Amino acid sequence: MTCPVTIRIQQDDFDIAREIAVLTQSRTDIGAVVSFSGICRGDEDSANISALTLEHYPGMAEEEIRRHADEAVSRWPLNGVTIIHRVGRFLPGHNIVLVLTASQHRQAAFQAAEFLMDYLKTNAPFWKKEESATGTGWVEAHARDDEAAARWTRS
Amino acid sequence: MKVKYFAWVRERVGKAEETIEPPSTVRTVEELIAWLSGRSEAYAYAFEKPKVIRTAIDHAHVKSDAAIAGAREIAFFPPMTGG
Repeated sequence: MTCPVTIRIQQDDFDIAREIAVLTQSRTDIGAVVSFSGICRGDEDSANISALTLEHYPGMAEEEIRRHADEAVSRWPLNGVTIIHRVGRFLPGHNIVLVLTASQHRQAAFQAAEFLMDYLKTNAPFWKKEESATGTGWVEAHARDDEAAARWTRS
Repeated sequence: MKVKYFAWVRERVGKAEETIEPPSTVRTVEELIAWLSGRSEAYAYAFEKPKVIRTAIDHAHVKSDAAIAGAREIAFFPPMTGG
């Protein structure tokens, strides 16, 4: 089974339909594609957010995502993975991240997508800075994200 | 070795990267953070809560007791908030 893995970090927006078409074209072995999009929200803990700026660690970000994608491929029978993470300044409603997982059956695609997102949030070197009416500040990491990632740890 | 700083660590230190030559008595990430903290108030502020700081050596996450010998690039940053 071939499992192409595409990882991109970019400022430009992505087109979900186009990315799914690229992942599935000329393939007849894929029966399920799960798509997760992370979108800039207009509020955080009831405060209005006017914009988010995403900073990353070039080089390490790609490598860290690659390590988790490789782990996902080794844990689930996947037929394709696409991960796109945007960097730059975003307004509410703008896309931030896309994870696509393709498999023969839905369970592997759902689980791998969730695994990848949980690890992206806690281990991929990206940082969000919020702008609101009261000023700007770095988003704090949530313990709930660490807990979400920890449940995938194999003993 | 080259050192990089990200997010609020970068803002507090006041630079994104630099080349440093710590003395040979500085052997671990923890010791490097303590040594950097002694350089100026800006560094002391950036590293005031060393347990919060995450570290990567040559693009891989490491713990605070990791040895820094042979490292080409060490990065310090806050807990990650991407995705």
